[in-house]
Amino acid sequence: MPMEHIVKSYEQDLKHLRDLITEMGGMVESQVALACTAVLHRDRDAAAEAMEADPRVDAREHEIEQFIIRLLALRQPVAGDLRQIVASLKATGDIERIGDYAANVAKRSLVLQQFSLRDAGTGLAHMAALVQENLKRVIDALGADDTDQAMTVWRSDEAIDEVYNALFRELITYMMEDPRNITPCTHLLFIAKNLERIGDHATNIAETIYYAVTGTPLTDARPKSDMASFAVVKPAGVKPAGK
Amino acid sequence: MTATMVAPTLQTRNQAAAPAKIAIRNLDFFYGDNRALKAIDLDFADRQVTGLIGPSGCGKSTLLRCLNRMYDLYPGQRATGEAMMDGQNILAPDIDLNDLRSRIGMVFQKPTPFPMSIRDNITFGVKLHERLSKAAMDERVEWSLGRAALWDEVKDRLDAPAGGLSGGQQQRLCIARSIAVRPDVILFDEPTSALDPISTLKVEELIDELKGDFTIAIITHNMQQAARCADRVAFFYLGEMVEVGTAAQMFTAPRQQRTQEYITGRFS
Repeated sequence: MPMEHIVKSYEQDLKHLRDLITEMGGMVESQVALACTAVLHRDRDAAAEAMEADPRVDAREHEIEQFIIRLLALRQPVAGDLRQIVASLKATGDIERIGDYAANVAKRSLVLQQFSLRDAGTGLAHMAALVQENLKRVIDALGADDTDQAMTVWRSDEAIDEVYNALFRELITYMMEDPRNITPCTHLLFIAKNLERIGDHATNIAETIYYAVTGTPLTDARPKSDMASFAVVKPAGVKPAGK
Repeated sequence: MTATMVAPTLQTRNQAAAPAKIAIRNLDFFYGDNRALKAIDLDFADRQVTGLIGPSGCGKSTLLRCLNRMYDLYPGQRATGEAMMDGQNILAPDIDLNDLRSRIGMVFQKPTPFPMSIRDNITFGVKLHERLSKAAMDERVEWSLGRAALWDEVKDRLDAPAGGLSGGQQQRLCIARSIAVRPDVILFDEPTSALDPISTLKVEELIDELKGDFTIAIITHNMQQAARCADRVAFFYLGEMVEVGTAAQMFTAPRQQRTQEYITGRFS
């Protein structure tokens, strides 16, 4: 158990910051869950709820930013405190972006409801489950300064990329089969991409936690398998990054 | 996407990256039987600022007192080990103290101008070590006051009593007095703790200026000041040097738990 700060109000401020950010993480976790439900179960109410959450998440980001600016100005934090505060500022940006992607997924789910989903639902459900699991784990790690959990998230993003690649190819096949599939499949592609980006932001948060806790940045290249940029047609002379 | 935070390069040894002006090895200091410094190893890098931090009584002032042998004035106080400067051990009994003190100047917490004119404050020390013509002495006075960023403020009243200057000006006069004898090293013992914020910044700016020509050691209780002024920072606790590193490393990611606790204010 780390020693408490001599100035109690500073300790309280740091605790308040941690509470604010984990609460924001919780808001976005449920926003992503609602967005996934909206897509996978064609649930209009869930979509509406996910979209309505967005302004609240933005407001929370603003509140946290203001609080951090105040902390930096008044407390002049150093060492572990400085790293925690700067990490919170970075993480809040990532969490806010995750909220944006969730809202966009929800919005697209409303359009998709006018079309039949076909078989793509299985891959998407799998991807959604992996992304939500990583998001939950990283938010928990953020609240608990848990580098082991953060590293688990950091390493497991590869699996999400692989499902995304498979889904990408599958959706292109449907579009090739029948041009009437182009509209729903394009929306599904964006949804999949949004989920993949949510996974990336979760790994950013994992890196931030690692630095905040240990004071050492994660310098290893993260395992990445997102090959969708080069799917179907590979540009000559370009090697895909990652593997 | 990876957005890796950039951390300062960690320095894991007590030795500075720049060549050492003063290399302290295995230094112990005793007030009678009380061992106030314990096996200190520390380099003061040439023409860099080394900050010393730590709670009161941790030994940082004692260390500075070793470097100009001020303890020689008090019976029962002694230092063992080595403090090498330009191939000479400062702690050796046969060292010429007058020469040593002209090479290592010191500025204290409270301004200590002599009760004489501004000009005489500067010339007093110089006359002990050098015989200069009036013109050369005038030049030295202008040079020292200029380097201490005080010349413009006092050039029209050099014969006025130094006691009439403001606290900040008095401290800069003391710095001018120290550099007038052209030392190699200047030791600052909490030089701004009695000054207002603007005078403090002026002294900090001055320290930054002076490090081009002098090796500087500064004791401060102000963490932000250590972070702003020092190239390297050493943390002392209970007579031991706990950790030394670049200021950036010490204030973003100290290696030792004790340092982390002290600089963040979690200390009992």
